[in-house]
Amino acid sequence: MTGPAHETLVAIAKSWGLFYLIALSIGVLAYTFWPGNRKRFNRAKNSIMNDESGPWE
Amino acid sequence: MISTMTITERQIALLISVLVALCGIVLAAAGRHDPIGTHGLLILLAGLAGTFFILRGYYDPEPAPERLTSYFDDPIKVGIVISMIWALVAMSVGDWVAWQLAYPDLRFDGAWSSFGRLRPIHTTGIIFGFGGNALIATSFHIMQRTSRARMPDQLSPWFVLAGYNLFCVLAVTGYLIGITQSKEYAEPEWYADIWLVIVWVTYFVLYLRTLARRKEPHIYVSNWYFLAFILVVAMLHIVNNLALPISLGSSKSYSLFSGVQDAMVQWWYGHNAVAFFLTAGFLGMLYYYLPKRAARPIYSYRMSIIGFWGITFFYIWVGSHHLHYTALPQWVQTLGVTFSMMLLIPSWIAAANALLTLNGAWHKVRDDATLRFMTVAAVFYGLATFEGSFLAIRPVNSLSHYTDWTVAHVHAGTLGWNSMIVFGAFYYLVPQLWKRPRMYSPALVEVHFWLAIAGTFVYVFAMWNSGITQGLMWRTYNDSGTLAYSFVDSLIAMHPYYIARAFGGLLFLIGTAVGAYNIWMTMRTVPTVIGTQADRPVMPEPSRPILQAGE
Repeated sequence: MTGPAHETLVAIAKSWGLFYLIALSIGVLAYTFWPGNRKRFNRAKNSIMNDESGPWE
Repeated sequence: MISTMTITERQIALLISVLVALCGIVLAAAGRHDPIGTHGLLILLAGLAGTFFILRGYYDPEPAPERLTSYFDDPIKVGIVISMIWALVAMSVGDWVAWQLAYPDLRFDGAWSSFGRLRPIHTTGIIFGFGGNALIATSFHIMQRTSRARMPDQLSPWFVLAGYNLFCVLAVTGYLIGITQSKEYAEPEWYADIWLVIVWVTYFVLYLRTLARRKEPHIYVSNWYFLAFILVVAMLHIVNNLALPISLGSSKSYSLFSGVQDAMVQWWYGHNAVAFFLTAGFLGMLYYYLPKRAARPIYSYRMSIIGFWGITFFYIWVGSHHLHYTALPQWVQTLGVTFSMMLLIPSWIAAANALLTLNGAWHKVRDDATLRFMTVAAVFYGLATFEGSFLAIRPVNSLSHYTDWTVAHVHAGTLGWNSMIVFGAFYYLVPQLWKRPRMYSPALVEVHFWLAIAGTFVYVFAMWNSGITQGLMWRTYNDSGTLAYSFVDSLIAMHPYYIARAFGGLLFLIGTAVGAYNIWMTMRTVPTVIGTQADRPVMPEPSRPILQAGE
């Protein structure tokens, strides 16, 4: 790899890489705490407690 | 096995087996002057065995349509048995090489039995043989239960299981005859790697097809972890093994990368093998089997989601912490350190979530060795991830790198976390899948638990002591500015620790053998009871006093 390619990669990692991770964090937190999702999460975590009766038709 | 498949599936299975046999013939012929020829014969043998096996059961009656009203559990059972066999083999080899380090004569002068060849048999056998089969078996179980759907067909689970184990056998037999591409945890050569890609893509597609049939609207978080495991391992495996063989008749290949790029790709692979093979999939087990066994839903489902995205997106960047003080650019090393520190948050989220789930159910942990296996796993997961972040810091790494501290760290993770959660899951699964009221002997589960705990502690403490002593001896200077100790001095200082380590490993191995015996006897002797779910310890009387002395 030549010098400029390395510099470019570093620049991208230090700028866009940072923004990408910040955006991702915001997205994940929004999804997790979105009030509308609370019901399905609660359902999911309790649903596994009784799943041995076989597949649902 | 064959009787679970429809006629069409048997025909396709036959075709696959014949194709595998043909590939074996081609490799055996093209590589007759090379070690790859031996593997060609082995592949031919595998293909013929498959063909024979299918033909023998070809005219068995087809499975009844009622099968569709139940989960497809046969491959899970076979996966558990294969996983325990790999555990026994790979832990035995591991303990043998541990004794070799204390007493080198235990090599018995064989070329095949040298440390360099046996050690990858231990690592491959444990990580891919024991861990991989456990992951495949438990993922088949969890994907069906949490989706409330049966797997879409009867062939692909068998293909994944058989094909994956062919890869593992090719890997470990290759080391014995000197085939390796010398990349840690990615030693198998190009033809085995290509085969694994085929198997792995089938596995991924099978998982997605099962999820697509799900009746439960939300995909439970365990599945996210398993999918991350399958998808990222595919990506890592393909990129790290990009290589050009000398010829189609040669086992030797050369990496497409060179120098520090090759090192970086290898440790990007290597650390993410830890992250996605040994962590993501096993967290999938933890998030399912621990709530099930404790009969309490996970403490915080939201926490598990944040933890998931944290683990998947932080882990990817930490591989460079394996290359501190090398030709790797400094900023890449620093990136690895930073992300390793950040990783502590999602790791502890998972460990805390598991332990908080148990809050209020500690009496179950006390009474039930199966649940205790899972609890200890969560504790060791928290400890090992803390230690990992700590070791990634550059100055700490300058003391720990190349010493037994690394070995201590790895085994705190593999013995304390991975093995414990697998054994916990197996003790939960075996009575349920074989429809037994409980394990053959709950007492032997206790014996296994305490042997495993004792073995892990002896092993890890021996290697901590040894590693730090080594690290300090290697950096101690005398008044004239030269090293105070020679390498041999440090080697002699290690001797007692190496004996202790091998002894700890032996305890762990005996525990595993006890577990294998217990599982075997559960399958064999306890009469079938219909309608039971899992073994439960006898619960204490509800009228016990609130405070008990000595607890």
